Amino acid sequence: MILEKFLSFDDIQKSLENGETSVTAIVNYYLQNIQTKAHLNAFVEVYTDSALAQAAAVDQKISEGKAGRLAGMVIGIKDVLVYKDHEVNASSNILKGFVSQFTATAVQRLIDEDAVIVGRLNCDEFGMGSSNENTCHGKVLNAADETRVPGGSSGGSAVAVQANLCTVSLGTDTGGSVRQPAAFTGLVGIKPTYSRVSRWGLIAYASSFDTIGIFSRNVKDNALVMEIMAGPDNFDSTSSKKPVPPYSELLHFDKRVKVAYLRETIESPALQPEIKANTLALLDKLRKEGHEVEEVEFPLLKYVLPTYYILTTAEASSNLSRFDGVKYGYRTSAAHNLESMYKKTRSEGFGEEVKRRIMLGTFVLSASYYDAYFTKAQKVRRLIKEFTENLLNKFDYIVMPTTPSTAFKFGEHSNDPVAMYLEDLFTVQASVSGVPAISIPNGTDEKGLPIGIQIIANSFKEAELYAFADYLMDINQA
Amino acid sequence: MKVDVNTVKKIAHLARLEFDEAGLEKMKRDMTQILDWEEQLNEVDTENVEPITTMSSEVNVMREDVEGEHLSHEQALKNAPQRDSDYFRVPKVLE
Repeated sequence: MILEKFLSFDDIQKSLENGETSVTAIVNYYLQNIQTKAHLNAFVEVYTDSALAQAAAVDQKISEGKAGRLAGMVIGIKDVLVYKDHEVNASSNILKGFVSQFTATAVQRLIDEDAVIVGRLNCDEFGMGSSNENTCHGKVLNAADETRVPGGSSGGSAVAVQANLCTVSLGTDTGGSVRQPAAFTGLVGIKPTYSRVSRWGLIAYASSFDTIGIFSRNVKDNALVMEIMAGPDNFDSTSSKKPVPPYSELLHFDKRVKVAYLRETIESPALQPEIKANTLALLDKLRKEGHEVEEVEFPLLKYVLPTYYILTTAEASSNLSRFDGVKYGYRTSAAHNLESMYKKTRSEGFGEEVKRRIMLGTFVLSASYYDAYFTKAQKVRRLIKEFTENLLNKFDYIVMPTTPSTAFKFGEHSNDPVAMYLEDLFTVQASVSGVPAISIPNGTDEKGLPIGIQIIANSFKEAELYAFADYLMDINQA
Repeated sequence: MKVDVNTVKKIAHLARLEFDEAGLEKMKRDMTQILDWEEQLNEVDTENVEPITTMSSEVNVMREDVEGEHLSHEQALKNAPQRDSDYFRVPKVLE
């Protein structure tokens, strides 16, 4: 079957140009795959009707020579991004039945370039989790080993691309929620610079960390989607006005660069031996290719996660106060007055991890503890951010493993919240600092499970990040 | 930070959440464990460090005040759990 070769958007475009296929045929191909792989539970809703209607409209445009740059691309979106007249739940019972009145800016820009939105993807509730087990939609299976988690929180978005259920997918990354599942599923996953992509229409978890990221099989598809999604937006006053370079046309890489790796990541006792070996092997390859590779110390590493959790739980407790059962979403049937309606609605609607984070956030923001926890964490955040930026003024890139381990088994960390938090040990530095980071495949472990390597660059250096990532993918295959 | 059940109850009220006896005990344990772990930050010297309060480099973003579309009454009430013709309905506020 001709469609079997559709592993990159380049393939799709070629087939469309040759007249070998149509957007409708491509959408039907993915719809078929989604059905065959339904047990993976990546999609929580498939937009069969609206996707086929979009496809027909794009086919019409192609025949008139008026198609946009993403004609033929089929995209799944995480269940925290809103799409007009479609349901969205943030994988939470508290948003059951909620239908959006508008479309997220990032999603709208893709639609405007003729991408087809094929459905919404499972995730951890409000993006809170590292295994996609905290969800009202049921767990997602990793297609590399169905007894293991796909990572989280954007687990469904990862598996959708891994199992070839769509061309690329959108996730969100607050502390590693795109990069960690990308590592667990052998994909390319980016978290852009904070403020690079508008957050309008992204259901907020922690507003000073939240970013919209992309899963893809290769760097070029990722770069193309990013250059279309990124840029200023009147609906998000934090979104950056810096011009967006054409990332996908700037992938050529032929310079010698300076790369730092952090001693504390390589020597972390939590690091799986095969991941350490593959990371060191890649750094060696870089040296042989003539790049400068240097070990540096990052004594603040152990403080990155506690900083992240104090600040994100605080922001979450504030953001999630809007879910009160008054204007939309779930409402309890057991209330006798307004206050009990709030309390019962929220207690029945939110899952356990979300309630734990709201409680912790409310605690660190409460009058008696505000300075000791929240203000302290804001100060340490500044130190971590300045350290990271200074390092990236001396070096072009920081390279480190994306995760301490490969995909773990279901239930492995369910009883110990801190053990689950440590999954994000290597991904949160970029989130706390606001800088862009990408995870790309770096071989497999003894069990054949994918390993990821993470590259971090300075703020707004997405073009340099993509070019280096593409180069690393090439030398890794050589 | 040793969190006691009364503190959990107080925070739960502020967060408009409620827990049964077993839930309060579990939350007490989890919060104590996580806050202890977060207190590692006390080892970091932050003397003379200003807390960071925004991550965007954009400041004072201004735009023209232009008239735009807004949700119609009907649309705004579309997702309401309970409504009448014009308003969101909630349980009695005053007994």
